Amino acid sequence: MSPAEADDGVLRAVGDGVLPAARNGVLPAARNGVLRAVGDDVPGAVGDGRGAGGDGLAETGDGSGPAAPGGGSLVEVTDLSVAFGDLRAVDGLSFRLERGAALGLVGESGSGKSTVASALLALHRGTGARVGGAVRVAGVDVQAASDDELRRLRGGKAAMVFQDPLSSLDPYHAVGDQIAEVYRVHTRASRRAARARAVEVLDRVGIPDAARRARSRPHEFSGGMRQRTLIAMALACRPDLLIADEPTTALDVTVQAQILDLLHTLREETGMGLLLVTHDVGVAAESVDEILVMRHGRAVEHGPVGTVLGAPRDTYTRELLGAVPRVDAPRVAEGDVGDETVLEAVGLRREFGTGKRRFAAVDDVSLTVRRGETLGVVGESGSGKTTLGRMLVGLLEPTAGTVRHEGREQTGVSPSVQMVFQDPVSSLNPRRSVGESIADPLRARGERDEGRIEGRVRELLERVGLDPDHYDRYPHEFSGGQRQRVGIARALAAEPRAIVCDEPVSALDVTTQAQVVALLGELQRELGLALVFVAHDLAVVRQVSDRVAVMRRGRIVEYGPVDEVYESPRDPYTEQLLAAVPALDPEVAARRRAARGEPATA
Amino acid sequence: MSEALVASQAPGTDSSVPGASGARQFWRRLRAQRAALVAAGVVALLVLIALAAPLLTAIEGQDPTTYHPSLVDSARGGVPVGPLGGIGGDHWLGVEPQTGRDLFARLVYGARVSLGVALAATLVQVLIGIVVGVAAGLGNRWVDQLLSRATDVIVAMPLMIMSLALLAIVPSSFPRPVLVALIIGLVAWGSIAKIVRAHTLTLKELDYVAAARLSGWGAWRVARRELLPALAAPVITYAALLVPTNITVEAALSFLGVGVKPPTPSWGQMLTAADIWYQAAPQYLLLPAGALFVTVLALTVLGDGVRTALDPRAASRLRIGTGRRREAKA
Amino acid sequence: MSALKGLSGSLAGFPGFALRRLVGAVVTLFAISVIIYLVFYVAPGDVAQITCGPRCSPAQVHQVAEQLRLDDPLYVRYWHFLQGVFVGQDYSTGTSVQHCGAPCLGVSYQSGQQVTQLIWAKLPVTFSLVLGAMVLWLILGVGTGVLSAWRRGRFTERALTAVTLAGTATPVFVIGLVLMIVVCGQLQLLPFPQYVPFTEDPEQWAWNLLLPWLSLALIESAKYARLTRSSMLETLAEDHVRTFRAYGVGERSIIGRHALRGAVAPVIALSANDFGSAIGGAVLSETLFGLPGLGRELVHAVTVVDLPVVVGMVLVTGFFVVLANAVADVLFAVADRRVVLS
Repeated sequence: MSPAEADDGVLRAVGDGVLPAARNGVLPAARNGVLRAVGDDVPGAVGDGRGAGGDGLAETGDGSGPAAPGGGSLVEVTDLSVAFGDLRAVDGLSFRLERGAALGLVGESGSGKSTVASALLALHRGTGARVGGAVRVAGVDVQAASDDELRRLRGGKAAMVFQDPLSSLDPYHAVGDQIAEVYRVHTRASRRAARARAVEVLDRVGIPDAARRARSRPHEFSGGMRQRTLIAMALACRPDLLIADEPTTALDVTVQAQILDLLHTLREETGMGLLLVTHDVGVAAESVDEILVMRHGRAVEHGPVGTVLGAPRDTYTRELLGAVPRVDAPRVAEGDVGDETVLEAVGLRREFGTGKRRFAAVDDVSLTVRRGETLGVVGESGSGKTTLGRMLVGLLEPTAGTVRHEGREQTGVSPSVQMVFQDPVSSLNPRRSVGESIADPLRARGERDEGRIEGRVRELLERVGLDPDHYDRYPHEFSGGQRQRVGIARALAAEPRAIVCDEPVSALDVTTQAQVVALLGELQRELGLALVFVAHDLAVVRQVSDRVAVMRRGRIVEYGPVDEVYESPRDPYTEQLLAAVPALDPEVAARRRAARGEPATA
Repeated sequence: MSEALVASQAPGTDSSVPGASGARQFWRRLRAQRAALVAAGVVALLVLIALAAPLLTAIEGQDPTTYHPSLVDSARGGVPVGPLGGIGGDHWLGVEPQTGRDLFARLVYGARVSLGVALAATLVQVLIGIVVGVAAGLGNRWVDQLLSRATDVIVAMPLMIMSLALLAIVPSSFPRPVLVALIIGLVAWGSIAKIVRAHTLTLKELDYVAAARLSGWGAWRVARRELLPALAAPVITYAALLVPTNITVEAALSFLGVGVKPPTPSWGQMLTAADIWYQAAPQYLLLPAGALFVTVLALTVLGDGVRTALDPRAASRLRIGTGRRREAKA
Repeated sequence: MSALKGLSGSLAGFPGFALRRLVGAVVTLFAISVIIYLVFYVAPGDVAQITCGPRCSPAQVHQVAEQLRLDDPLYVRYWHFLQGVFVGQDYSTGTSVQHCGAPCLGVSYQSGQQVTQLIWAKLPVTFSLVLGAMVLWLILGVGTGVLSAWRRGRFTERALTAVTLAGTATPVFVIGLVLMIVVCGQLQLLPFPQYVPFTEDPEQWAWNLLLPWLSLALIESAKYARLTRSSMLETLAEDHVRTFRAYGVGERSIIGRHALRGAVAPVIALSANDFGSAIGGAVLSETLFGLPGLGRELVHAVTVVDLPVVVGMVLVTGFFVVLANAVADVLFAVADRRVVLS
């Protein structure tokens, strides 16, 4: 890629409204920063990991001078390394972030991206982690800072928003008090003034009736409101930098869109810089100007978001982007769908609780799955999709309605309908070898010949892409993706006609995800399996399904061929879901955001 | 996701690795705790002493029940004759006031009673606890309700009072140590049943249990193969902490004069009259008190060590078994 | 204490929870009374003879048998017993007939005293002992726990851990015995405990009970120190503490406001529970210190096999334990309202 192209990418991104504020001159620093990063250091900044390192070293010169407020970069990381024992989580990473700019740290699990975020606030201090290199944040030399200086930096100049909004707030104190406490640490304001500030920021992040809700405790809030509360806490002291560590990973897609929009608006208004740590390329595309792709603690590619996503240069980045399922791409591999109905649900209903708390998790759901067909079931948390899946395999008795296997009514479990579970950790017994787990259905069927059992298990292991000699290994010796393969092998051992996959890839990294999805597709074609693919990720569902059922509050709101539902949704909820999916293209993302309006103030 | 959960979960330290290496891991984590190791040594020694009590007293040439009226001064109310309560070559630790029975022999035989009763009581508690807890956890709503209520009732029974009352009505012909063990076991199984039930409820929701059901196995086989092995860790942990409690309870009952009855020696019972004699024969007070203290302390420390070794979270918090022992502190 | 802030606030769904818990306690009590009745009055052997005591004449035994309605079916006998508890009943002891008022737990055939009155007379002693000790052990225990959580990883913590471990490992009658010998016997700093009613002389009451309080508190506070420390350390490892650290909140605030708040609920629950079991456990300390409370009365009743007194005592202490457990649950829910919601 030539410098000119890179430049063009940034300019295009700016011009098309990724950073309207920058265009309007509210954020001159941001514009300046992005342009300089591209203009001055093109070979390094847009280059590979080695280049990015050189970039950082080159910049150490002007970063080491006296840091006057407002002068210098907001964040300067030079040759940062963080090691826990023998493990180097971050290895020679350098980057800088100008005032008001936004940088996305993108990588799969184990890439060290969250460690970088923690290192910016020296959260590793005292934990036994070895930190090397130099980190300057808002003019503070984080490595050398005294405890008092650090305390002033944390929350005052740089505030962090964590992944899980429930566990990140103290369950015993009112949210307003928690924000006020943080505010008082940095401002010495009176109790009353701190309370007022808490209500003000809660109101700003869109908590309705903030004065009253400030007295609520975190568990009385929904997930989205909790994340808003954390953002409000971050805003309280008007920091120069917001560090967001997977801020939307625990949230539903519609809520995620609202939070990302909120972050965007806040940045426009306050001019603070953003460092966004995420595994989700789409989330980064929605929110940042620059992207730094990390792998094994190193930077593999660094550049403007449009360039990195539009024309990646590094092979790993290309692989990563290739694995990301697209919600707007029509399904390519059409399976050989037969006519016979393998699995059928008629008027399924399931209630939980008693008395006043009784509610229907699944309410009057009917569907059919044919031989060789994949039915996607998509919905947000609480939509009843998991309950539906468990009823289909017979793990849960329906309150009303029936499940039919090949036309026959079925109660309880049956070998002909198996399940692949979400959590690769809890779905295998840690005390038994994977071979034994896979052999379970064979033994349960009455197979006694040990030789035959082992032969069949080895065959299955090979079929799902594992080494047959791993028969005697235990689950902890496998990675998440491999364990999911073991789970698939176990399901296959029962020789099922249908498999219900309950979020089979949501716990996996995107590259692993693609491999597991591909495996399921292969097996389906080969064995003529009927698949029910339950997931919250609309893009994955589109990728694998022939038909799709959209669930909301226990009911199916839309049901039809996958391309039809995705191209021209009839139900407004489906529309809303699709509009909330982050787009990989910053241009599209900006357009979508405009279309969603301004939910942060609504 | 977040690789460095800053305080405690640095990669590599959260090695919650059960399975085949579970036992090895357990030993490694236990060995890493010096205090627990020492405690294990002390407990082993105590068990050895209890087992070898007849041998030890034979070496000394005494037995725990023979009276030696010549060794106590009946004119002064039964104070042992000789310095330090009659310590000497014949009676290594002196003799009991009033009766003149050999203290060393009574002490080592007392260890038999203490440990034996406590272990037997723990066994009864664990057995009932597992049966009731698993049944409540796996049974339907009514079974669970019934058993949980029953457990509540048992937990609400004041242990000391109930044991006292029960010991009052059982005929004295019943072998006393067995009775004490049975009563402690029958009255105090509530908490372990609660723990087992809670774990069973968690475990049965795990995906691998569901997967085993989908394989086509019956409920009994699933419970035996998938659930029971996973219950071992919490049960062992809790049982290890029950043993010292039971030792104290037995000693208390015997101290009150309703537990193990003379002539069978018991540490608690020896303390009953000790306060009158502390000036003339201080070891009569200090020996059983010290024996109780050391035994309960060693068992408690060992129990704590076992818990830490079985709980990956605690182990990683304390940096145990990872080569780094400093406690996490930020 | 700032940690206690935040206990107020909305209590949605709370009255319902408290009521359910109370009903549960009543059911438990009922079950306990049935069990105790079955164990003691349907036990093998001559119930009338055991009830009456070993020195009763055949005539007296016959009378007792009639009083207990031994010829009636079991449920009638139990009903009769319950009736006594709720409305009272008449007892004939030889020549005279005495009325036993509403909460009637029977009459001791050995002393001729009504069990309820006997218990009523002993209750102040036991309460004095337990309540005073409880105040001490809460202060000592929670204080030690906070200190060792604050100084974690340093010498102070290791020293405190060792001391509390020794505390948990010492039976109360051992430490009481040693303290009594050293403090009262050799140093003569405190009197050998004797019960002086509070209403008579509050100063002497406290002075005399100081040693028993200390002995109980030293042992019990170890448990509280361990609980406080471990709940605080657990909270300190939680994500929300990381949040406040990442916002520059100081260590003192994190310990005093956030970590301690996490320990409030378990400590409250344990103390309510312990109040119940301490009433029962007072047997040991009362016997040791010669205090004429419920426990010592029970030991006496057990030694002379005075069945009505034994049964009455067991029921009353059971009542306190069940009550304390229910209160513990409710208090726990107040301190940690997530319990109510789940």
